[in-house]
Amino acid sequence: MSISADPTRYDYASRPVRGPRPQGDPGLDCTDETRLSLYTRLQELRQVEKRAYDLFLQNLVKGTSHLSLGMEAVSAGFGEAMRHDDYVFATYRGHAHTLSKGASMEGVLAELLGRENGLMGGKGGSMHLSDVDRGMMGSYAIIGSHLTLANGTAWSSQLRGSGQVTVCFFGDGTTNIGAFHEALNLAAIWDLPVVFVCENNLYMEYTPIDYITAVDHPAADRASAYGLEPILIDGNDVDVVYDTARYVIERARSGGGPALVEAMTYRSGGHSRADPGKYRPADEVQAWADYDPIIVYHQRLLERGFGEDTLTQITNSVADRVDQATEAAKAGSDPSLDVIFTELWADGGSEWRN
Amino acid sequence: MAQLSYRDAVAYGIAQEMRRDPNLVFLGEDVAAAGGVFKTTVGLLDEFGPDRVRDTPISEQAILGAAAGAAMTGIPVIAEIMFSDFLAVCFDLVANEIAKLRYMTDGQVSVPMVIRTANGAGSRFGAQHSQSVENWCMMIPGLKVVAPSNPADVVGLLAASIRDPDPVVFFEHKSLMATKADIPDGELVDRLGEARVVRAGTDVTIAALALMVPRALDAAEQLAEQGISAEVIDLRTLVPLDTRTILGSVEKTGRLVTVEENPRLCGWGAEIASLVAQEAFWSLDGPIVRITTPHIPLPAAGVLEDGTLPSVARIVDTIRTEWA
Repeated sequence: MSISADPTRYDYASRPVRGPRPQGDPGLDCTDETRLSLYTRLQELRQVEKRAYDLFLQNLVKGTSHLSLGMEAVSAGFGEAMRHDDYVFATYRGHAHTLSKGASMEGVLAELLGRENGLMGGKGGSMHLSDVDRGMMGSYAIIGSHLTLANGTAWSSQLRGSGQVTVCFFGDGTTNIGAFHEALNLAAIWDLPVVFVCENNLYMEYTPIDYITAVDHPAADRASAYGLEPILIDGNDVDVVYDTARYVIERARSGGGPALVEAMTYRSGGHSRADPGKYRPADEVQAWADYDPIIVYHQRLLERGFGEDTLTQITNSVADRVDQATEAAKAGSDPSLDVIFTELWADGGSEWRN
Repeated sequence: MAQLSYRDAVAYGIAQEMRRDPNLVFLGEDVAAAGGVFKTTVGLLDEFGPDRVRDTPISEQAILGAAAGAAMTGIPVIAEIMFSDFLAVCFDLVANEIAKLRYMTDGQVSVPMVIRTANGAGSRFGAQHSQSVENWCMMIPGLKVVAPSNPADVVGLLAASIRDPDPVVFFEHKSLMATKADIPDGELVDRLGEARVVRAGTDVTIAALALMVPRALDAAEQLAEQGISAEVIDLRTLVPLDTRTILGSVEKTGRLVTVEENPRLCGWGAEIASLVAQEAFWSLDGPIVRITTPHIPLPAAGVLEDGTLPSVARIVDTIRTEWA
């Protein structure tokens, strides 16, 4: 039951029953300003991830890393739809979600480089990016638990009546662990303002998701178990993502409860730095490369009357900012050894005895 | 001055803090309408309502995740894990998320939450509802660990744990639930990280926790009749650990015995023994002795369970043998 060979095979529009996406052309109800903002986000996420990859190749980034190359439309679309004070949770593949919530490129790149000007001063690393002042509540590297944490920030919003919504991103592989199911059930029974977003990139690390999952669509097909509607969308079309995100986020904000969105997408590279991704058929990789979110949206904007020069200008401007951020990140010092013993406790220290 | 059972002291302490802080919330399995399976939370739903006192599904990960996520936004939370054995089903939250959130984010968040849980043996519940697992939590950087031995400490240490800006695991002992004591009137707030010398002595220091405290005191009484003067320390909190009180006592008595309900390997007494061996070695007049539950799961039958835990007789015999 391979579902992965052809990205255009998902005929989302003809199956509106599987999702609440507004009818009509995706992105129709969208200002030009928003369209250019979405394009800018796509370029930012793409170019920072490419830069991160270059820095690995230069051996400047140690440890592991998991890139969102090819999957940027999901974090771009949701990032655009979120309010400044909404909360985000991401996984170890969280660079794009962190940037899309407003974290600085320098802060992200410097953290990857292990410098003191990184978002967490070097304590977090690639898999644990957070920027709490901007509502980015962290990136979690053990599958599942962060869905339960997302319920907590949503519960807090509900208790305070703050109108904040929590958006929690995770991969298809997460849907087979217990915490996923515990979190969905609690969110549903408490009507929490939380949106769970499954980025289905078709592979649980190195294994095809359909090989190890009882249903075709690991998130959407399980939504009904929690009284939620199945929402299956084209995760490479940023218009579709943005429309869906606005719908489910504003519904949650107005007391409509949680949502579970499954966005079909594809990572252009392997699972992590260590993985060349050779287990994937070449025609599948090519088909998704042809359906790259930036290619799709670039073409869409040209069709909507934007000039090639406008888009090129955005691309170049982002490139300049990524270059500047890279230089600023590299200019950061190594963290002082003193910080090893700071910030375990709220008093700033780490003492366990008196 | 009111007399309260250890069981009632839990609800008393939670209510004291919920009255003081209107943001404080409490969740767990059967804690609201049913008042807790140990009846430790009776009356809270009536006084504070279902928004602040919430029943949950049997979803320990969802319970601790909801608690921690809310705490990350500044909402103080009490989460109950019905039996401490069940910490194992949500240990990712305990060990990898809650304990690390502040450090991993370099201080971007605090996690003001308390995990209350029923710990320990004596109820003939068998291997999966009777363990003493305080050492599971003591070994994780980022968790504070509290285990009261009496009703007044339940109230005072619970209040201190709730007001603490860091995550605290609060172990309530099942076999102490029926014990009673006088509680002073007015607000009761204790301090974490302070052990208490509950009996002064000159010959040997006995360090104990929770249910082992009354047993150590009974043992000290019998030892006194046999001419051995034992000083008993109720540790009360394992993290932060009151090393000053322990070291000060051993410097006076020259001997240390730990009485631990946790199984032998890597029990909390091992850490204290190591600390005393390193920092009070020249005060020691003899070997440090650990009295623990043997390194086995707990059996169910009364006679077997009683034969497994450190008993008053075992404490007395062990110490007397050491002195023979």
